[in-house]
Parts: sequence; structure tokens; C-alpha cells
Amino acid sequence: MKDKYRIVKWAGLLGIAIILMVCALNCSKAPEAPANKEVILATTTSVQDTGLLDVLTGIFEKQTGSHIKPIAVGSGEAMAMGKRGDADVMLVHSPKDEEAFMRDGFGKSRELLMTNYFSLVGPLDDPAGCLGSASAKEAFAKIATKKSIFVSRGDNSGTHKKELGIWLSANITPTGDWYIQAKSGMGNVLMITNEKKGYTLTDRGTYLAFKSKLALKEMLGKDESLLNKYSVIVINPAKFPKINLAGAEAWAKFLFAPDTLKVIGDFGKDKYGEGLFFPIVK
Amino acid sequence: MVIIKTSLQVSGISLIIAGVIGVPVGMLIGLSHLRAKKWLIALINTGMGLPPVLVGLVVALLLWRSGPLGFLGLLYSKTAMVIAQTIIALPLVTAFTIAGVQRIDPELTLHTISLGATRWQLMRIVLGEAKSTILVALMAGFGSIISEVGAVMMVGGNITNDTMVLTTGIMSETRMGNFEIALYMGAVLLIISFIVNLCLTLIQQKQAI
Repeated sequence: MKDKYRIVKWAGLLGIAIILMVCALNCSKAPEAPANKEVILATTTSVQDTGLLDVLTGIFEKQTGSHIKPIAVGSGEAMAMGKRGDADVMLVHSPKDEEAFMRDGFGKSRELLMTNYFSLVGPLDDPAGCLGSASAKEAFAKIATKKSIFVSRGDNSGTHKKELGIWLSANITPTGDWYIQAKSGMGNVLMITNEKKGYTLTDRGTYLAFKSKLALKEMLGKDESLLNKYSVIVINPAKFPKINLAGAEAWAKFLFAPDTLKVIGDFGKDKYGEGLFFPIVK
Repeated sequence: MVIIKTSLQVSGISLIIAGVIGVPVGMLIGLSHLRAKKWLIALINTGMGLPPVLVGLVVALLLWRSGPLGFLGLLYSKTAMVIAQTIIALPLVTAFTIAGVQRIDPELTLHTISLGATRWQLMRIVLGEAKSTILVALMAGFGSIISEVGAVMMVGGNITNDTMVLTTGIMSETRMGNFEIALYMGAVLLIISFIVNLCLTLIQQKQAI
């Protein structure tokens, strides 16, 4: 008889203890910030890995007290998150996919924030003779003709889509042992490219961050076809009423503020001698 | 550092919950005479090999805003990480407990019952006998979750000063090319793991006399 009640008491105590611990977990970081003060930002690894995102979110959180949760994945996955309403706002760089995204009504607004350039990098001895080519598609054509090793991101990221676009413009379908699909992040792909002494398309930010570890050099100058455009897309609340619209728009407004644009423009100058991103001019 | 605290919080709480559920359930199953006992044990043993990334994916699918539990708004939070890690540790803790309980001389349990022990008194005796193996169960559970990266990455999102833990930190630092920092994090992880296991092992070795 005595035992039966002891069980109930213990089970009850244990249950309460667990609930308390879980609450402590959740409350320990932001005591007065209810769920709608959190903004989920789906963004790309290139913005994250350069360190720019941490700088921007730090300033934003100090200014507004909102808690930004950046989820850095490839642009493809970021937009998939947007289509499910799992993100409140996106910062991505895959223009054609973004246009489709907006056409299908998933986004409320889309605005270009900043640009930089992709770069074709390759081995120091340049077996395909790409150095000094007039355009990216010309260089790509040389690589395909020579069947030199080319490492692709292969992961539907903005960089991957850009690369596919260049192959398309050169009327080439890259297949064969020389075309490697690495399906990983940019840093990893650069290391693979380095090991295999091949070519790859990279964003300049990651390339500069990894440069000291690589025996690769840039093949082309600033080719307009290598322009990399980052846009901010606020998810459409009409499709996804649960999103934090106020937070998303506050973040978007913050990004386009003159002070923030200056921070973006200056980012990287002290470390690499040049800015990594070019904010739009307002 | 925040990241160490987060790792310990998430894995520690997951282990406690897995232990609170897994040890009693393991004891009950170990001592039971169910017809499906062998099948049940095989299932739990298979659970020990659950790929953490798969657990992460399934939990994420459930917790997405568009998913069935989306209304809870738990994705990309430490709570979601605890849920995923508890699921990963649970089969390990349970399976080891079952094995530990089954190693007890059946004469002992029969003897105890014949002396008039209730089910709960029997459980306490069995717990005492199997303590050594149960501590191994906890060590195995802890080891599996402190070192996993797939689940916490998927459901946590590796957000700086929030859901970033040592393992996901190693991944992102490596991705950014900061190999030294990644290695330091790895060393810290191993040291923490060693300290926790040292404590549990010292308790266990005392029992094993």
C-alpha cells in the first residue's frame, strides 16, 4: 500500500524536475524575450563563413534587442526553408531561383543588398591555359576541352547555380571523370580543388579566407558574368501567417540603413586589404 | 565559454532524461517474461545504431513550422537538441541496462520474490546488483551524444552563443578554415568527455569490488 503512493510521488517529482530543467534551458538565455522576438534568418554559408553575418547580427541585436537566428545553409536549402515558412527572412545569392521564388508568391519583398564577384581559381601551372581569358565561359570552355579537373559545389547553392549558368552559356554539359561534384561547402571544395590541383568557381570571401592554405590562383579579372548578387527576401505572411513579420522587416530595414551599408562596405578591409562585399549605393 | 556550457547543458540534460526513462524501462524489460521479449530487445539493440543525423532529420521534420509539432516553435532551440539527443541516448542506456539486469543470477531474483518482496523492492535490489553495468550504460549514452554532430546541427542550427556546441563548432570552424580553433575545440571536447567518464568510472569501480 505504502509503495504504490511512493511511486506516484517519485514519478511526479521526477516529472516536475524534468520540466524545470527544460524551462531553465529555455529561459537561461533570454528571460524576457518571447518567441515572437526571434527572427529566423535563412542565409548562405558564404555570408556566414566570412564572418560578416556575426558582425551584422551583433549590431542588430544590440540596437533592437531582437534575437536573430541565422541558419547558414546553401541558397537552395535556404529557399526550401522559405517555401515551408520555416524562415522569416532570407539573405541569399541565387537570382534565378529567387525570381521563381517571388513569382510563386513565397516572398513579400525582395531587394538587392550587396554584390561581390565569384572567382575562377585554378592550379599555379594552369594546365588548361585559362589565365587571362576574356570571360568566364571562355575559360570554362578551355577547361572542358582540356578535360582538366573541375570541382563543383554540386549542392544547389548560389555558387553552384552560378557555375551551372556559366556552363550553360558556353553550351557545355560537364560530364566525365574530370568533373567532380563535391556536394559540400565552399571551404571544403577549395581544399579538394587544392588537393586535386583542379579548377573551381568560388566566392572571393571564402577564397581570401583560405588563400594561405591553398596553392591556387585566380584566373580572371572582374568579369561581369561573375557578378554575385545578394538579396534580402522577406517571407510572405499571406502564405505563412506564423512568421515574425515585424522582426523580419526590422532586420531588412536595418540592413539597408546607411550605417549598416558602411559596415558591409568596410568589412574585410583591415584583414584582407580590400572589402569583401560591395553594398548597393543608396 | 558559452559553447562549453551549451554542450554540457544539452548533453547532460539529455543523459539525465534518457537515464530516468531508460534505466527503469530496461530493468522492467530485463526482468519480464514477455513473449515478445527477444524481439523487443533486438529492436532496442538496433536503436543503438541509429544514425544521429537521421534522428536529427526526423525530429526537424516534426518540429518545422509546417510540421505536426510546428506550433511549439521549438526548432533551432536547445530544447529541440535535448529532444533529439535523448532519443539517441535512450536505446543505449536501455540496452545496457537490460544486459546488466539479465546478468544477475536468476536465483537471486527468485529468492527475493520468495521472501515477499514487492515489485518495487525487487527493482531496488536489482538496481543495486546491476549498478556497475548501469553506470556503463550512462557512460555509453553520454559518449554517444557529447560526440554527435548530425542531430544537433539539424535541429539546433549552430547559432553562435545559442545553439552552437563543441561538435558543430568544430564543423563550422573547419568550414571557415580555422583549423587551429577546430582542434582546440576538439581537445576541449575530449577533456570534458574524459572528466565525465572518470567520475562515472570511479563510482563504478567502487561498486565492482
